[in-house]
Amino acid sequence: MILDPVHWTTLAVMGPLLAGLLAMEGRPRAIRLGLVLGMGASVSATAGLWTTVVREGPLRHPLGGWGMPLGIELYADGLSVLMLAMTALVGSAVSLYATAYFGDISQRRVRDSPAGRGARFFAPLWLLLWGSLNGIYLSGDIFNLYVLLEIMGLSAAAMVTLAVTSKATVAGMRYLVISLVGSMFFLLGVALLYTVGGTLSLERLAQLELSGPLPAVALALMTVGMAAKTALFPIHGWLPPAHAAAPAPASAILSALVVKGSFYIMLRLWVHVFGGGAREGLLVLGILGATAVIWGSIMALRQLSLKRLIAYSTVAQLGYLFVMFPLLFPAGGGWSPDAWSGGLYHALSHAVAKAAMFLAAGSMTYAVARDDIRAISGIAHRLPMTFLAFGLGGLSLAGIPPSGGFVAKWLLLRSAVEQGGWGWAVLITVGGLLTLAYVLMVLRYAVDQTEEPPEFRDVPRRMEWAAMGLAIAALLLGIRATETLSLLEAGGIVPWR
Amino acid sequence: MTPLALYTAAGVGLFAVGLWGVVARGHLFWKVLGINVMGGGIFLILLAAPPRLDPAQADPVPQAMVLTGIVVAVAATAVALGMALRVAARTGLPFLEEDAGDPGSGGGADERGRE
Repeated sequence: MILDPVHWTTLAVMGPLLAGLLAMEGRPRAIRLGLVLGMGASVSATAGLWTTVVREGPLRHPLGGWGMPLGIELYADGLSVLMLAMTALVGSAVSLYATAYFGDISQRRVRDSPAGRGARFFAPLWLLLWGSLNGIYLSGDIFNLYVLLEIMGLSAAAMVTLAVTSKATVAGMRYLVISLVGSMFFLLGVALLYTVGGTLSLERLAQLELSGPLPAVALALMTVGMAAKTALFPIHGWLPPAHAAAPAPASAILSALVVKGSFYIMLRLWVHVFGGGAREGLLVLGILGATAVIWGSIMALRQLSLKRLIAYSTVAQLGYLFVMFPLLFPAGGGWSPDAWSGGLYHALSHAVAKAAMFLAAGSMTYAVARDDIRAISGIAHRLPMTFLAFGLGGLSLAGIPPSGGFVAKWLLLRSAVEQGGWGWAVLITVGGLLTLAYVLMVLRYAVDQTEEPPEFRDVPRRMEWAAMGLAIAALLLGIRATETLSLLEAGGIVPWR
Repeated sequence: MTPLALYTAAGVGLFAVGLWGVVARGHLFWKVLGINVMGGGIFLILLAAPPRLDPAQADPVPQAMVLTGIVVAVAATAVALGMALRVAARTGLPFLEEDAGDPGSGGGADERGRE
């Protein structure tokens, strides 16, 4: 039956992928149609899945009849839908921004210029990436996860090289190598898990309650692979050059969404499949995350390139996602719902706020044709809306009420205090203060008119509005947190084990 | 030594050799080749997976995974080699030069307007 809600899962994956193939055709009309269709498919599928999961709980769609015990199926629960919604919201805003950023693609002059490669290839790559992200959030089996990870990695690395600079080419190549090696670690884990468990299904693997050395090795390998792709300290070195060198819409997608794909896989493995794994492993992840929070923030404070500053901020904010791991499973046993909601809310509000900041920064560098925070002096008076978007996004990252970032950091803090984890509590607070410091540093440059105003190019309204829309969303996430978090409770933590 | 243990050991060995190639070799062609060797090791382990249902019959699922894996590897290798050529064309060398990363470099300037 065509109206069966399980078909939303198929639409979420196939819609953007097919739209991407359409956009590959290259004519302006195909590109625009592809973007509209891909966006429409993602948004409607997300809305459909949201209502279904809230009403009926988790959803399963055995593809081609290969359900249990083999377990090749699409699977949607509250966590999947939250990640899908994050991708749909940020993705739609970035798509609108990109149509203005890359210039008028109906002009042959724009398309054939070296920089016009961005105009031609951004949409197809982004749509393939969008399909793979949706697929990752809906995949119920570890081998499909591997295939989708590769689609994600290849299209993400290619997007970096859309900027026609040697820096971008080298950064994109380094990203590709790291990403491919990370996938290989993941695939080796898949092979080991299959030889032990004889199934590919995440759910079935969880029910087997695997123990012993081989599953532990598999989990460790997969964790290393995903940590490399999520730029967890100390494997974060590739991220700042790649995210800073990419064209602004690509930077927003990479920093806000792509790193969350591999993080999500790690979370599924540790929480759902291995039920917390080993305490030592959780602690190692938490300590590396804590180091990332401090190190990334300090590096951000030292940057003079605006986009590089935001990229280092991503390294720092991703650290919080790993601080969440030890907090989820308190030392005395049990489970901390605050850490779960807080960590995931951080993933969501970071995506929205960081995309707003990267898009706003893209508008600023577009206007002054330089990526340097000294060059944007006084830009607050020229581009007030973009300045406001950057500011609102930044304050959400720093955890200033009533933003989404505040709710996330508050929940994490409450979880840490309840378990007596004072070290974690101090870290969460200090990280927020450091974030505030580098955001205010940029805002001060933007307000003070210290240098002569440089050459200035008008910024298309659509770019300004796309960033502003995301900044408003970052704010609303704080005000409407209860509604959003209820989704996690609706189909949230499925006791698979 | 059971065939499974033998294949697994050989597969892990290949994986390690490939990883060594990626890390130790600077030339991008060697890095891409190293990733392929890592993949080869994994395929070996998958093909040796024990029969799931009938002991006399090989499990078709890992074979399907290896076939899919080969397709993915071909695509990834093509993209990686294409990008390596682009690196060589832009910088003159098929290596990943160290990113300077000093605060003053203004790295990754958005040079769209000047190209």
